[in-house]
Amino acid sequence: MLLADVNETFWFPPKASTFAQETDSFFMAIMWISTFFFVLIVGVMLYFMTQYRRRPGYRGDSRALHNNALEITWTVIPTIIVIWIFARGVYGYMDMVRPPAETIDINVTARKWDWSFQYPNGAISDTLHVPVNKAVRLRMRSVDVLHSFFVPAFRAKTDLVPGRVTTMWFEPIQEGIYDLFCTEYCGDQHSEMIKRQGVFVTSYDEYEQWLAEAAKPPTHPVAHGYWLYARRGCKSCHSVEPDRRIVGPSFAKSYGESLTTSTGESVVFDENYIRESILNPQAKAREGYQNASQMPSYQGQLTEDELMAITAFLQAMKQDDFISVVADEDGLTKEDAISLGFGDEEDSAETAEAGAQEETAEGDGTRPESEEASGEATSPDAEQDQ
Amino acid sequence: MSAEAAIHGEAHGHDDGHGHSPFLAHHFDDAEQQYDSGKLGMWLFLVTEVLFFSGMFCAYALYRSLHPEVWTFASQFLNETLGAFNTGVLLFSSLTMAWGVRCAQLRQHKGLVICLAMTLGCAAIFLGVKAIEYTHKWDLGLLPAGSYESQYLPGMHHSGPSSWLYVLSAIPALCVVGFGIWYGLSLAKGDKQKSEVAGPLLVTALCYFVGVGIGLAFESAEAGEHGDVAHAVAHTDGEHTVDGHAGDAHAAAAGGDEHATEEHGEEHVEEPVADVAASPAFQSEELNKLLASPGETTMVASAAEEAAQVAKPGEATEAEVDQRGGAGLFFSIYYCMTGVHAIHILGGMIVLTWLLVRATKNHFNEEYFGPVDYVGLYWHIVDLIWIYLFPLLYLIK
Amino acid sequence: MSAVPADSARAQQEERENFLVFSKGFLSWALTLDHKRIGLMYLIGVMSAFFLAGILALLIRLELMTPTNTYMNNQTYNQIFTLHGAIMVFLFIIPSVPAALGNFLVPIMLGAKDVAFPRLNLCSFYLWVSGAIFFLAAMFYTGLDTGWTFYTPYSTTTQGPVVAATLGVFILGFSSIFTGLNFIVTINTMRPPGMSWFKMPLFLWATYATSIIQVLATPVLGITVLLLAAERLMHIGIFDPEYNGDPVTYQHFFWFYSHPAVYIMILPGMGIISELMSVHSHKSIFGYRFIAYSSIAIALFGFLVWGHHMFTSGMADVTTIIFSALTFTVSIPSAIKVFNWLATMYKGTVQLNTPMLYALSFIFLFTIGGLTGLWLGALSTDRVLHDTYFVVAHFHYVMVGGTLVGFLGGVFHWWPKMTGKMFSELWGKVSCALVFIGFNLTFLPQFVLGSRGMPRRYAQYVPEFQELHVISSIGAFILGIGLFVALGVVIHSLMRGRKAPPNPWGGATLEWQCSSPPPYYNFATPPRVNDPYDYTPLEYRDAERGWEYVHPPTTDTPATEPEPART
Repeated sequence: MLLADVNETFWFPPKASTFAQETDSFFMAIMWISTFFFVLIVGVMLYFMTQYRRRPGYRGDSRALHNNALEITWTVIPTIIVIWIFARGVYGYMDMVRPPAETIDINVTARKWDWSFQYPNGAISDTLHVPVNKAVRLRMRSVDVLHSFFVPAFRAKTDLVPGRVTTMWFEPIQEGIYDLFCTEYCGDQHSEMIKRQGVFVTSYDEYEQWLAEAAKPPTHPVAHGYWLYARRGCKSCHSVEPDRRIVGPSFAKSYGESLTTSTGESVVFDENYIRESILNPQAKAREGYQNASQMPSYQGQLTEDELMAITAFLQAMKQDDFISVVADEDGLTKEDAISLGFGDEEDSAETAEAGAQEETAEGDGTRPESEEASGEATSPDAEQDQ
Repeated sequence: MSAEAAIHGEAHGHDDGHGHSPFLAHHFDDAEQQYDSGKLGMWLFLVTEVLFFSGMFCAYALYRSLHPEVWTFASQFLNETLGAFNTGVLLFSSLTMAWGVRCAQLRQHKGLVICLAMTLGCAAIFLGVKAIEYTHKWDLGLLPAGSYESQYLPGMHHSGPSSWLYVLSAIPALCVVGFGIWYGLSLAKGDKQKSEVAGPLLVTALCYFVGVGIGLAFESAEAGEHGDVAHAVAHTDGEHTVDGHAGDAHAAAAGGDEHATEEHGEEHVEEPVADVAASPAFQSEELNKLLASPGETTMVASAAEEAAQVAKPGEATEAEVDQRGGAGLFFSIYYCMTGVHAIHILGGMIVLTWLLVRATKNHFNEEYFGPVDYVGLYWHIVDLIWIYLFPLLYLIK
Repeated sequence: MSAVPADSARAQQEERENFLVFSKGFLSWALTLDHKRIGLMYLIGVMSAFFLAGILALLIRLELMTPTNTYMNNQTYNQIFTLHGAIMVFLFIIPSVPAALGNFLVPIMLGAKDVAFPRLNLCSFYLWVSGAIFFLAAMFYTGLDTGWTFYTPYSTTTQGPVVAATLGVFILGFSSIFTGLNFIVTINTMRPPGMSWFKMPLFLWATYATSIIQVLATPVLGITVLLLAAERLMHIGIFDPEYNGDPVTYQHFFWFYSHPAVYIMILPGMGIISELMSVHSHKSIFGYRFIAYSSIAIALFGFLVWGHHMFTSGMADVTTIIFSALTFTVSIPSAIKVFNWLATMYKGTVQLNTPMLYALSFIFLFTIGGLTGLWLGALSTDRVLHDTYFVVAHFHYVMVGGTLVGFLGGVFHWWPKMTGKMFSELWGKVSCALVFIGFNLTFLPQFVLGSRGMPRRYAQYVPEFQELHVISSIGAFILGIGLFVALGVVIHSLMRGRKAPPNPWGGATLEWQCSSPPPYYNFATPPRVNDPYDYTPLEYRDAERGWEYVHPPTTDTPATEPEPART
């Protein structure tokens, strides 16, 4: 592959999948055809404009002209051209919708306004990691409204329709980091439902290595809670900085506080409130949050242990020190965790970003959970897939 | 309907001295051109009406093909007798309408008034019966998907006229009073034209209550003869959680077989469905009962074959269909289609009333009968739509 | 009013009886059944809607100058683009040419006194007004953020007055249906003796084709928005997956109307261009029958292609391919029209005045709009370009470059007839140049944005795209200035314009035979029905600065039957 082919050009983003070459050359073919006709039409128009303009001493003919041969010519030639364009479009399309037999299957879940990707080994991540030169098939569903998965560099796009499962496939041919956009309007944060530099195409070995790491959540409940917060879509609507509202309320300094609900009741932000708000968000919405209609229910998507971990994380969010650490984009480092007094299990109080330091032995207990979660996540789809 | 009113409104008062019919609008050359324009306009309007309904017919076809089991389950809650009666009423009204057009062309003043009055009366009877059907379903919780109440919860009883019926009947009752007074006054004053309008309108408003009475009679006859379908189904909740096949047959048969209801239903009525399902003791007890009486199951199943063919192995049971709310979708489409149709009947009644007023003023003759003709076309299309709705919703299983 | 020649009793009578001043007072307008007054009221209505939505467009472009939120947050941006789209589509483009210009022109071009159902016509106008009020109140009340397409399940779950807006659309739909119905009946039954189908002006053919779509497609929109409202109010579960519905069904229902609606928007524009090209080239239209048939062909094919809005939404492959094939069939009649318009200029006498410059701009812009449709009809490229700025640029080239520019050309062309005033040619040309330059500057960069992957409806975007967005925004402001100049030109003409002769351009269709503005009864005597594109009997009179018939044609001229090619 020549370098010139894969880099960004005036018209196109990098060519990072097998579809790119075909689609781009087809794009340019239509471009040349169109340019030809456009120049022809505008040229003729300008020529007639000047040649036959009204001026002293010139008197045009106003009688009707007709020429059936001409009419037929300019009907038949465009017809032939569009038939060719149609056929070539179908050819490229069939390639796009027919995945090869061997694919790496990844489950994609879209919600307002985040993506989550579930890999064959049960790992869940909010960024997409795929190996180069391997066909990847995405099995996609939306839990709320329409979304659309679009990676310009892959020239691949398919809508995610609630109540249906849609699939798409692509084969990356160029290692690198690419953008992922949502292209179907999905509400307030539609334009932020993107993964800027969030699609990682790596060699197969690196992919395998990443996958193994990603499947192991931290064992410390607080760290696990943060790990889930970053991966399961909480992050896109709830900030960890005090009083910063993205869509939903901030998580910082909430625990133990007394709140007013939209119906005027007073509730305490405690373990049971957290649990209820995750599983049934509309039950006790806070005042000023429009009955929490934007928040999807996580019923059946989080295990009990995961709920406990999130609760532990939210409880930790009442401490100023902890907040400043979490709000710092890098998340929790080992030193921070120690300084916060998570003494006995400090090693595990880390995020996946710092996941390389994690002790592998501690991951065992969580594997069945994530597999369970994956089963729950996919089975309703299988039923509805017609 | 503003459309018809506006189209026909053309005929009013544009007499600028052409010397022809007083109803020839100034911008038309002659009566024929006016008639042709009106007729073409009406046909185009009917095309838009058909397309308007076609959206719902598409939705019907689509969801029926996606969820045939839902349709089979849910359509058993519709009362075919009432549907058939209403079909007959509308067909008869089409006859009177067509006859009315003929009377207008022949300048038969009295015949036209009688035909219009009969058409209006039939429309009112139709709406009366429809009111019974609707309120019956509202009482049972057979509502659109969002508010649908599962029929497998116990305690679904339906007895006598619903409170909704009183709400719906308030306007017709007011009409009876109002038209009655008007009719009395016009008779007292000896105003022939007014009494010719008020009389038929009074009859029309009364016809609504005739429809209600007929509907109630049919409903109670149905209940007395077969037992209330929904009622019986509600009693059989337990079986469905035990054995889909037998339970289905049982439920479906329950509507037509009192024996089955007596045998199994009563003792479980008060138990919430969740408890029933959760209780292993109950399950084994029920299972044993069913297994112990194979003869009955066979008989019930054969009786059920006609009524519902849900009990194919591997398909969703009725209970499943019902409880995951699928049946609500059927009722959504049922209410949309019949509701929009009923609105068209109401619109038709308004236009017919307008015709009645003009007929009593002797406006129509062999040269000028366009409005009667156009309304007739509209009325026929409304009937025609019902002719499609009836088999699609009530009859096809 | 300008000075009345005292010596001319006829002129005085014309002045007295013209439809603008014949009767006075608010009610004489509000309750009028005169198609010309209704047309003018529509014109003011749609221009106000356009002004409002145009301001919103400028706000959108202002915000998109920078990649992050600068002047408004995401929510406001979403509401503004929804308002912009919904107002432009439902309140401006759909009624613009058919309801405003069509109402004025259809009966006069037929030599008739009025449309077939004048009351229904007024009823349409008031439906439009009430729909507009309903719609705008709903949207300004709390803000609507669904996009003009109301896609479910977003529209069934979002906050905001979706029900009110959909009912507004429902009412506007009926306004559109009644207008279409009225025109079909008028054209069918009220053609004067001698005007056969193939002696009708092409504008009437285009209006007829448009009306067919309005009558056949709009009811489906009606039922769709009704079901959507019911979905929101009662959760009927037809479109909402939460209650077993299917969002893709909504898309099918919606586009079954809204794709033909695209042709409701563009066909009348094409009709205007057919008139303008011929009149201002002083040359009989080339290929009359081909243009007429192509209008009908577009109207009919337009019903079969709605699926091309859904190539990525998971339809079956076969369905997708069929829709792609059908989509390309629409491109052929459009191409035929463009070639015929060009050939019309051949050997004519091209008058480069304001309406003609708009018409030529139309051809330039519509050609780009049409050709870029090829990328979007082809399946593999559409998978990439769908819902990106490429689509935005494409449909703006068709709807703004096509319909709006055609509409402006039509307004300038018939302005003397409607108001009896000539406008400033110089400033008219300036407005055309500004619109042309501004428009291209706005939307050409968006094709590149799209092919690079910039998605639509984004309040914020990745910084790489900023340069092109800035160019686009600058273009939008030039376009805005151009449109303001155009508005200034027509307003100035009302105050200072010289009196227009009956036939300032040398048109041969019937509306040029009555005075400018026409009397309330249109024609005192039935007009001479002749070939609408036969200019030979017309001659320019310097005194009146207008054209007159030197030897009136007889009605039995074998008119549009084209003469054999002379070349």
